[in-house]
Amino acid sequence: MIFKGRWFLELLAIVIAILFLIPFYFILVNSVKSFGDIIMDGASWPKAFMWVNYVRVWETINFPRAFWNSLVVTVFSVAGMAIISAMAAYRIVRRPTVFSKVILFLFVSAMVIPFQSIMIPLVQVANGLNMLNSHVGLIFIYWGLGVPLSVFLFQGFIKTIPIELEEAAVIDGCSPYGVFWKVVFPLLKPVTVTVIILQSLWVWNDFLLPSLILQNTDLRTIPLANFSFFSEYTKQWDLGLAGLVMSITPLLIFFLFMQKHIIDGITGGSIKG
Amino acid sequence: MKYSKKSDLFQLLVFLAPAILFFALMKIIPFFMGMYYSFTDWNGISAVKTWVGFNNFIRLFQDEDFSNSFIFTAKYTVVVVIINNLLAFLLAFLLTRKIRFRNPVRTVIFMPNVIGGILLGFIWLFIFTRGFPTVGKLTDLAFFNLPWLGTENTAFWGIIIVSVWQFVGYLMVIYVAGILSVPHELIEAADMDGATSLQKVWHIILPLIMPVITVCMFLTLSTSFKVFDVIYSLTKGGPFRSTEPVALNIYTEAFGRNNMGLGSAKAFIFFVIVALLTLLQVWFTKRKEVE
Repeated sequence: MIFKGRWFLELLAIVIAILFLIPFYFILVNSVKSFGDIIMDGASWPKAFMWVNYVRVWETINFPRAFWNSLVVTVFSVAGMAIISAMAAYRIVRRPTVFSKVILFLFVSAMVIPFQSIMIPLVQVANGLNMLNSHVGLIFIYWGLGVPLSVFLFQGFIKTIPIELEEAAVIDGCSPYGVFWKVVFPLLKPVTVTVIILQSLWVWNDFLLPSLILQNTDLRTIPLANFSFFSEYTKQWDLGLAGLVMSITPLLIFFLFMQKHIIDGITGGSIKG
Repeated sequence: MKYSKKSDLFQLLVFLAPAILFFALMKIIPFFMGMYYSFTDWNGISAVKTWVGFNNFIRLFQDEDFSNSFIFTAKYTVVVVIINNLLAFLLAFLLTRKIRFRNPVRTVIFMPNVIGGILLGFIWLFIFTRGFPTVGKLTDLAFFNLPWLGTENTAFWGIIIVSVWQFVGYLMVIYVAGILSVPHELIEAADMDGATSLQKVWHIILPLIMPVITVCMFLTLSTSFKVFDVIYSLTKGGPFRSTEPVALNIYTEAFGRNNMGLGSAKAFIFFVIVALLTLLQVWFTKRKEVE
């Protein structure tokens, strides 16, 4: 009886997994069909494999360029926000003055401000600082927007680190900066990984902010580049789907490799958040 | 630890100033500028911003599209919170049992979540407009023959399907962690007393994972209320603006019609509502934790 029940549960699990995979089947299969075949029959196995779709996408949106743009923006945004947030959180936790408490309170309460509530003036600020159409500008904006959550995650973790380690380092003649970089920062590794992963997925996938800041096609990131295939009236399915597969594949590979960290990051981040 | 006053001040600068500077520049200053804009008739282009008092706020309360977008967002949020949490818990419960393939199945269910909303919307745009119709022709099942993005009602449920596909794995992961943290002895003791699965869920697991449930409810609530990407690529708010979330309504007002003043007023009201919802949720969570 128990054995029978387990069989049923396993079958159920597999059926659910297949349901979740079907969308991937659709886009994979159709990404190698001609436009006519996609329109004729969107479910069957391709009659002829049009790998040329991928070649054309590679060229039309200049895929390597878009990929590089996404990579640069994500790496510098996330590295920057992780560093400045870790430093701020360290100071806030280790010197709990009124000032640092107020700052922490501001960071945390700013998390409730939705992006849409600041996007109109944000474009103005970016314009005023000469940051429109610039990766550096976009990266700086991500620093500002990413700081609240990152500081929040860091400060929760720093509280759990025994201060004795730092005191010992000071007695050994370590400068305050040395204490942070040589003693504290290496200890923050687990939470740093969490911050990096959560923020990387956000920045890499973000659409609205880059669409407001980057108008120049040479600068656009992967989500923006993909958007061009799906304009209102002419949907270039053959190219669009190949583009989707190309954009999604690196993400899924990253996910499969980092799975454990991603899952830990989400559970850790959400239970503390 | 003691350092001199001067070096202490310098450290304060080094450690705190970068974070505060960027945070203030990109979040706090825009926030207050937005409040100011909402009292002007600024069109985004001209240098002139005339103070119009509460005109924008009066206008937006008469704006039917705006209130409709709130109704849509609220409906969407309620449905997503209920369906996603229920399904995520059931999936987590299933996938914490001792069955084969449970890890690969968990991976598959989580996978859509790493794909960003925009690309995810395009995947489903294809499935709804090209994939389902062909499956419908082959199988003659009514489900696949519905005009998925064509009518107000089906478009709403289409968006729900996509949102579940996207987010249920994320919640499932948190529920899995919650269920695994329930002490083994309790379950074993219940087994010895002959408790059924349902009794174990109802009397042991659910009460013990209450904090996890509140976190997941909060996550779904706050992300659903701010939904933008998926809908922008899936329906663009259509048909007839019936699936236009508040975030998209604000975006169209500001950048589509260049009404930055009115758009800012909408954005301000949006902030107030999101903030109230969040505070209510936090208050609720705290109350639950004390018990």
